[in-house]
Amino acid sequence: MNPDLATRFREIVGPRGLITSAEELRTYECDGLTNFRVMPLGVLLPENTAQVQALLKLCHANKIPFVARGSGTGLSGGALPIENGIVISLTRMNRILEIDIPNARVVVEPGVINLDVTGRVLPQEYFYAPDPSSQSVCSIGGNVAENSGGAHCLKYGFTTTHVLGLEVVLPDGSLVHLGGKSLDAPGYDLAGVFVGSEGTLGVATQIILRIVKRPECVQTLLAAFPSTNEAGAAVSGIIAAGMLPAAIEMMDNLAIQAAEAAVHANYPNCGALLIVELDGPFAEVESLMKHVDAICREHGASEIRVAQSETERALVWKGRKAAFAAMGRISPNYIVQDGVIPRTALPQVMSEINRLSKETGVRVANVFHAGDGNLHPLVLYDRRIAGQEEAAEALSYKILEICIAAGGSITGEHGVGEDKKRAMSKMFSEPDLETMQRVRCAFDPLQLSNPGKVFPRPRLCGEKPGKYVPHALETAGIAERF
Amino acid sequence: MAAGAPADTTQSIATFEAAARGIIGAENIRASTSEDRVSGTQPQLIVSPGGEQQLAQVLKAANDANLAVIPRGGGTKLAWGNAPQRADVILSTARLNAIVEHAHSDLTVTVEAGCTLKQLSETLARENQRLALDALWTSRATVGGILSTNDSGALRLRFGSLRDLVIGITLALPDGTLAKSGGKVVKNVAGYDLPKLVTGALGTLGVITQATFRLHPTPKESRTVSCLARDAREAQRFVLAIQDSKLAHSALQIRFIESLHPQIDVLFEATEAGCAAQAEQLKQILAPAAVIDSGPAVWKARQELYSEAIANSESSVLAKISVLPTQIAEAYEVLTKSATESRIRFSAVFYAIGLGTIYLAGARADLAALLQNLRSKIEQLGGSLVIAHSPDAMPQLDAWGNAGNALPLMRAVKQQFDPKSTLNPSRFVGGI
Repeated sequence: MNPDLATRFREIVGPRGLITSAEELRTYECDGLTNFRVMPLGVLLPENTAQVQALLKLCHANKIPFVARGSGTGLSGGALPIENGIVISLTRMNRILEIDIPNARVVVEPGVINLDVTGRVLPQEYFYAPDPSSQSVCSIGGNVAENSGGAHCLKYGFTTTHVLGLEVVLPDGSLVHLGGKSLDAPGYDLAGVFVGSEGTLGVATQIILRIVKRPECVQTLLAAFPSTNEAGAAVSGIIAAGMLPAAIEMMDNLAIQAAEAAVHANYPNCGALLIVELDGPFAEVESLMKHVDAICREHGASEIRVAQSETERALVWKGRKAAFAAMGRISPNYIVQDGVIPRTALPQVMSEINRLSKETGVRVANVFHAGDGNLHPLVLYDRRIAGQEEAAEALSYKILEICIAAGGSITGEHGVGEDKKRAMSKMFSEPDLETMQRVRCAFDPLQLSNPGKVFPRPRLCGEKPGKYVPHALETAGIAERF
Repeated sequence: MAAGAPADTTQSIATFEAAARGIIGAENIRASTSEDRVSGTQPQLIVSPGGEQQLAQVLKAANDANLAVIPRGGGTKLAWGNAPQRADVILSTARLNAIVEHAHSDLTVTVEAGCTLKQLSETLARENQRLALDALWTSRATVGGILSTNDSGALRLRFGSLRDLVIGITLALPDGTLAKSGGKVVKNVAGYDLPKLVTGALGTLGVITQATFRLHPTPKESRTVSCLARDAREAQRFVLAIQDSKLAHSALQIRFIESLHPQIDVLFEATEAGCAAQAEQLKQILAPAAVIDSGPAVWKARQELYSEAIANSESSVLAKISVLPTQIAEAYEVLTKSATESRIRFSAVFYAIGLGTIYLAGARADLAALLQNLRSKIEQLGGSLVIAHSPDAMPQLDAWGNAGNALPLMRAVKQQFDPKSTLNPSRFVGGI
């Protein structure tokens, strides 16, 4: 970084707020998707909104691209630095600003850790519902960027369901408030657009969250099936019976083995495991759990257990949430995929994935949010063996194509980021992508905020979609244009 | 504005009509009647395309001819928003009314914009499913219309509003672009969330041609119980206690009818055992107040206020108030005080989540003054007051109120999607 620029950055964030040394920058060269790495010019650590505004104004004036970063746990390369750009790390903006229990709202800065929100409202028996597996380390700002989900979004919805308002610094440094503490603020739902925009529309500096009262009763059932087909049929049976469980998760045998090796979750060794969690009023859960039990037996479950204590329940989830990291126990390297399919396509998509796995000799472990059709195939490989990485990448991409062909999506919760830009053109047509980017042009006409992510090709914001001819009333001064 | 168009508009209309004839045929174009007026302005032509390609082309033709377009579904909420500054063509979605795909095992439905909610609900009911939204005028209101106006009712407490139910849309833009966003699966974060952008945008960014929704199973049992509160403060206390409890109710509202005691209604949707147990728990929470079984009719309260406003359209106003749940009593007291002072009759329904529907009847000048005063107080509380229906002769009040510091950004979004202000000009916030 040139010394003049560094001086100006230091004037904003102080000497401890700028990182430029190569060894320290290495921490920031990638996020949770480690196969892409880029060294940024520098990393800025602002402590408040005013500093973020000043940074973005400086970037705007000098056309320096920037990437906002939370905890760096993202799995799509969304926080991958831009060459000749800076990284704005929000970790020092980690205050919980307001807890309003009667209105079920919490206002936080972006660097606050997801699980800490729940931690603060637990005494009043509330919780923050979105629960990505990384929730003990990931930040709310990152969750907002990626519209993170989690196992319980089947019933409770995604990050976007729980973000009511945002304070955002736009890429030109101006400050706007989108949405708010009360519902339905007049105007476009720009908070709804900002959530999940993967850092391409500006930097959120405050977030108004909705919290949820803890249910009276939570019951978690484990059911062992011979294969994913029977387990999948049981999932369909549960949904068809008109139930909306808090979560329905599925793991195949390879995933079970890995989770067992890593955290000893005491899972049955079977072809496919279902975790079904029901929550709500006691009488309701009691009566529905019997029904779930019957449906699982009907579809060939050999073993069914209901967690008998909070400790047992926590262990069941520990195994599930550790599933990605546990792959390290059975494979030196792996790719986490995040495709979505209509739930009914599960058997067909699974057999397709199995066929490809056999054909190519690349092993695939499967962990699903089965209730909403969100697949996490884990494509296993060994980088040290020539050709394996390429074969794994090819298979991983092929899985996305299968998901698209089944009427699904290339990403359910991890985001497009750097990783899936190419696949966007498979899922959307050119006019679809071009239309989305009109939003980008309104927020960030110079394309400084996380440029090059999400879209396979940037839209030139200077393009005028058509020649403007003023209406007669405007020329006459009767009507006004905005 | 007078119905007679300026000379250059007449030429533009002729150019457009010729183009539209080529796209949708003369039989799908007709001259307007006084029935087609939009907040007092009568457009020239009504065009009814038969598919989304046709709709996009006809919209483009109007845009090319510099005409102002008013998209219309069932026309039930055409009075919402400000009066249009220009209104040349009504673009009707009446012929785009197919249910494209009800993927019942996946709990999703894809439906064309002109399909009425009633028609959609009947189809879904065959599989014991529903779009969990109690919108207004369901027999006439269309999917495109409810999305564009972001209409929602009491069920929102549990199921969220349309932004939480819509998972994909197809949008026609004034330049003729037809674009999809979102998809057919409930969980999907690929690309920007344009379904949310156009929900509640009052058709000012594009015309929704098709939408995909997530569905919910029809509840096995439902039970409505009610209780009376002494006053607004007690009603709010009851509502906050229920919200802070572990009940899993689907709806919760306070009905304020003039000087009567406020009534609190709670809806449980669950198994029979679940409903019974929760009704019992509710009694304990509200004791010593008496809780009685009341029945589903109480959930029509919001619709009744709207219907009354339409029946009494020359001297009444219907407005939507948004405050925090803890501000309901305060908002209601402000309303009572100013309405009583200016001899205006009023009724209100507030949902526990802080959304209120208020009906006001009285002299027009008094209504306008009251609304202005009420809005400023509600905005001081951090909330908003949006006017849905008001007498045509009371035009001096903006329908929306303060859109906050993101208004320039909203204008920039509008500029990107509809640079010539073809769609619903000046009807949205800040003159958008």
